[in-house]
Amino acid sequence: MTVLIVGGGRPLYFLCRTFLAKGHNVIVINDDAEECTQLARRLKVTVICGDGSDPATLEEAGAAGADAVLAVTSRDQDNLAICQLSVLQYEVPRTLALVNDPDNEDVFRQLGVGAFAPTRLFASLIEQRTAADAITNLLPVADGKVNVTEVKLSGDSPAAGRALRDLELPANALIAVILRNGDAVVPHGDTVLRTGDRLVLLTLPENHGPALRAITGETD
Amino acid sequence: MASDLYIIVIGCGRLGSYLANQLSSAGNAVVVVDWNERAFSNLSPEFSGFRIEGDAVESAVLRQAKLDKADLVLATTRKDNVNLMVAQVAKVVFSVPRVLARVFNPKREEIYRRLGVETICPTTVAAEVFLRATAPPSAGVSAGVSPAEALR
Repeated sequence: MTVLIVGGGRPLYFLCRTFLAKGHNVIVINDDAEECTQLARRLKVTVICGDGSDPATLEEAGAAGADAVLAVTSRDQDNLAICQLSVLQYEVPRTLALVNDPDNEDVFRQLGVGAFAPTRLFASLIEQRTAADAITNLLPVADGKVNVTEVKLSGDSPAAGRALRDLELPANALIAVILRNGDAVVPHGDTVLRTGDRLVLLTLPENHGPALRAITGETD
Repeated sequence: MASDLYIIVIGCGRLGSYLANQLSSAGNAVVVVDWNERAFSNLSPEFSGFRIEGDAVESAVLRQAKLDKADLVLATTRKDNVNLMVAQVAKVVFSVPRVLARVFNPKREEIYRRLGVETICPTTVAAEVFLRATAPPSAGVSAGVSPAEALR
C-alpha cells in the first residue's frame, strides 16, 4: 500500500515509522525545507517539499497513485483541502484528516471528509483517570489492532528520571500523553519522566508486552 | 443589490474591509470577522456593522457571527484554504443562501467549482483584464485560450 502523509513534527515522524514497519510505501509532503532534509535522512520515505494543499504539489508527490492520504498538519483548513483535492482530482480511495478543533470533526463529516480529533480523545482519557491500578487498558482502537494503555510510573521503574529519547521502547510504541499533577503533557524527546506520572501508551499488539516491560521494568 | 441583507465578511484586509465599508454604507447589516484585531483599522469611521475577532475556521467563531441567519457570506482572507473551508461550512452546515470565496490558485479554483463552491479568482480576473487590454482592437480575446488555461 502507498500512503501519502501531509504534515510535520513528531506525529508525522512516528506515523511514517509505523507505516514503514508494516511494509508500506510512504510519501511525505512537508513545507519546511530543513525538516524535509531530516526526514529524508532518517527514514526510507519519499519526501516532497511544498504545500500539500496545492494541486501541483500533490501531483508531483504522485497522489494519483496513492491508496490512502493522511492530512495531519496543524491547520484544519489545510487538512480539509488536502483530503478534498485528493478525492476530487486524484481519486484517492481513502483519506483521513486530523482536526485540531474538536468541533470540526462533525463539520468535516458533513462535508464528506473522514476526520479524527485527538483533542477529544485525550480529554476523555483525562476524565477517566480515576483508576488506582498501575496499568489500565483504556480502549481498543480499530478492533483491537491498537492498544491504548495508561501506565503509572512507580519509583523503581527504569523509566523514571529518564528522558523519553533515552527509553528503549520497541518499534510501534508511542507515549502519546503524560498525565502529571492533573495536567496533560504531550511529550517530546527531551521530556523527563517522573515517578507518579501516568503515561498514555499507544502500542500495536505485538509490541504491547515489550513496551510495558520497558516502562515498568516488570517481567510477567 | 438589495440593501437590507445580513452579510458576513470573512477577513478584514484590503478586499474584505473595502467590501464591508461599501456594503455597510449601502444600508446592509454587516459583520466582519478577522483573527487579527488590528485589521479592523481598515474599516471606515462610517462602518456601522459589527466586528468579531477570531479564527473563521473555528466553528464557535462562525456560530458567534450567527452564520445561520446570514443572507450572504463573502470569504476574502488571503488564505485559499480558509476561504474554501468557510464557504463550504457556510453552505452545507449553516445553509447560507449565497456564498462567495476568493481563491488565488486557479487550479484549486477549478477543482472546487466542480464541488459547487462559488469562487472568484483574482489571478484569472486580472489575466482577463490584461489580455483584453492588450488584444488587437478587432480580434478580442474570445478566439484565444481562456485566461484560466493560459495560467496552467
